[in-house]
Amino acid sequence: MANPIIARITLPERARRGEIITIRVLVRHPMERAIDAPGLTPLPRKILHTMRVTYAGEEVVRADLSQGITANPYIEFTTVAVDNGPIVFEWDEDGGTTYRREARLVVT
Amino acid sequence: MKASRRAVLVLPIATAALPAAAAEEDVATAERAILAGRTPVATGIAFEMPPLSENGNSVDVAVRVDSPMTAADHVRAIHILSEKNPVPRVASFTLTPRAGRAEVATRIRLATSQQIIVLAETSAGQVHRAMREVIVVLGACVETG
Repeated sequence: MANPIIARITLPERARRGEIITIRVLVRHPMERAIDAPGLTPLPRKILHTMRVTYAGEEVVRADLSQGITANPYIEFTTVAVDNGPIVFEWDEDGGTTYRREARLVVT
Repeated sequence: MKASRRAVLVLPIATAALPAAAAEEDVATAERAILAGRTPVATGIAFEMPPLSENGNSVDVAVRVDSPMTAADHVRAIHILSEKNPVPRVASFTLTPRAGRAEVATRIRLATSQQIIVLAETSAGQVHRAMREVIVVLGACVETG
């Protein structure tokens, strides 16, 4: 549940209540897509297939990803600033591993 | 006897032609699965993607759907479909009113020049659709030999 992952989460430090902010997430991950071509040893698919973002206990966005997403996946979305509560990012990887990160936003 | 031998000779050609046809069917199947019998409207989506991409390993895609994003009227899902990738459904985003705007951006891999389809489902059950062509100079698929 609490596996670390290298993720760069970019969001404003503070926002007014009700303001819509943009959050950018860049994760370091090879997103191994199981290429099967002559001369290559096929590796099993190992990608982050889901990213869930929860803010103040409610889901904001969920991304279901395929191997058509780049290595080091980048995802940008918006949310309404409601309170200081942590913004929780969770990723599910093929094989059942879950990664988790949190970000803080100061709401005035 | 002669006829059956001819039939066997034709076989490899027929099977070689299959993968391309299958991929195109797949995107149609994937789109039908999302539409579930609904007819999409061709308005309401601003879909940004470079018309020409030198590197299929990373293509920027940004989608914005016109929506008030209230509990009563919001965009529930945004799907990105590719016509000629091995996997037609590139990504699906599930949104809630807490997103504030129906706006997502990501980077995708593209095997070759093709059409990209964006479908947006609203809470009212309506589906918006946008389609754009992208020219890919160097595809993301590995080619050896």
